[in-house]
Amino acid sequence: MMAMEDKIVFDKVTQVFELNGKAFTAVSELSLTIADNEFVTVVGPSGCGKSTIMNQAAGLLQPTTGEVRVDGKRVQGPGPERGVIFQQYALFPWLTVRQNVEFGLELQKIPKSERRAIADKQLELTDLTAFADALPKNLSGGMKQRCAIARAYAVNPSILLMDEPFGALDALTRVHMQSQLLDTWSKEKRTVMFITHDVDEAVFLANRVIVMAARPGRIYKIVDVNLPYPRTDEMRLTPEFAAIRNEVWDSVYHQPND
Amino acid sequence: MTVVKSAEKAKEAEKAPKESNPWWWLSIVSVLGGILGWWLASLTLPTLPNPAEVVMRGIDLFQRGILGSDILASLRRVLTGFAIGSGLAIPLGFAMGWYRPIRALIEPWTQFFRTVPPLAIIPLAIVFLGIGEVPKVFVIALAAFLVTIVATFQGVLNVDKTLINAGRVLGAGDMTIFRRIAVPASLPFITVGLRQGLGASWATLVASELIAAQEGLGYRMQNAQIYYQIDTIFVGLILIGVFGLIMDRIVLWFDLKLTSWQERR
Repeated sequence: MMAMEDKIVFDKVTQVFELNGKAFTAVSELSLTIADNEFVTVVGPSGCGKSTIMNQAAGLLQPTTGEVRVDGKRVQGPGPERGVIFQQYALFPWLTVRQNVEFGLELQKIPKSERRAIADKQLELTDLTAFADALPKNLSGGMKQRCAIARAYAVNPSILLMDEPFGALDALTRVHMQSQLLDTWSKEKRTVMFITHDVDEAVFLANRVIVMAARPGRIYKIVDVNLPYPRTDEMRLTPEFAAIRNEVWDSVYHQPND
Repeated sequence: MTVVKSAEKAKEAEKAPKESNPWWWLSIVSVLGGILGWWLASLTLPTLPNPAEVVMRGIDLFQRGILGSDILASLRRVLTGFAIGSGLAIPLGFAMGWYRPIRALIEPWTQFFRTVPPLAIIPLAIVFLGIGEVPKVFVIALAAFLVTIVATFQGVLNVDKTLINAGRVLGAGDMTIFRRIAVPASLPFITVGLRQGLGASWATLVASELIAAQEGLGYRMQNAQIYYQIDTIFVGLILIGVFGLIMDRIVLWFDLKLTSWQERR
């Protein structure tokens, strides 16, 4: 871990919101370093600020104090090297699946034929080729999220920031999406920061699980997941997996003063 | 993982086209029943013309060229007024929704005039603009403008924040977000505003013709009242309803075309 390059650095970030005229500290002096090509999951009780730090990294939110650095540069706004996937899919409903995937490429003024080739490849990776010309309203939840993933991948970001991306999916689709995500990640390495409230999901996906605590939002514990990739469904049933899962579960649900 | 795939296919199948309403024939029965009821009522009320008399009267007025020019005059007024009013309202509504200072400048005026029925402006419009076409088109435009500007403005305010964020993280600047996200996302609100605006224009038109006009459907009814031609009043009433309905359906058709991407229940 030491030898790897730092990709995302949270340097003593604090986020204070105004809530009904009162100051509310969502995140307090949080520091965290994520290595290049690392897969990190973030879990914690609601209100622990896990979405807040993701929005800081995405550049959608400026920290009140402290800073986030990506590749050594301070984050001052969103950038195409950081792809974001939202829980609510956030597909543009008036665009077809293909047009959604091409949206970011169009903004980069990539010529039409090249755009099409990239989109075709991403649609194939996410198994959506047959639905390229469908509108989002005609897709199931899993397909919508795959389309959102294809759209984020199309602009080839080196970082993926995922905010409970599978939270709205049923259990079966979810497990399938997790395997598919790891599969894609192992083929094209990227740094992933993945927010979830599902402990199993957090352990199954990650190199490291960051457990956060609330009031104020901070890091409570970091759990290393020393399981080899590729991760298979059978691994979920091993005692090693259970041990790590229990450790994470304990630190999420049995935090002191709560 | 084939299990998941077939589960998703099953969900696809659920989205089969909606079956048509099996009760459509009841609407026809209801309309025919209403006409029959009117006919029966006309047998007992001597002042009430029966449906056949009203139809004959309509044909007679049409053959003498009166009805045609009345309809043309009314449609010309309403379409001119509606086009001017909504044409100004849509860009201004967008500006209000997108730029806070513009909202602060315009909002007190739209809020105030929204509470004043456009018809209440007619006396003033006649004093300043005379009794020609201008005051009528002006109040019709005003009616369409007020409804459409509020709807457009609300539409921009209601654009899903997540969609804007999704655009920003894909590298969209302010202008791109406005053009490619805010405009299409507020379209459903705008088309609702246009429908209501056209309805308001039509209502204002008829009322303005009742007060001051030399031709038009409202004028024809007003004139018929003086001469106690109740069948002519009915002809006017029915035509106002029919044309209002046709115009509403046309806007609705455009609405469904333009916003077919929306999830509907």
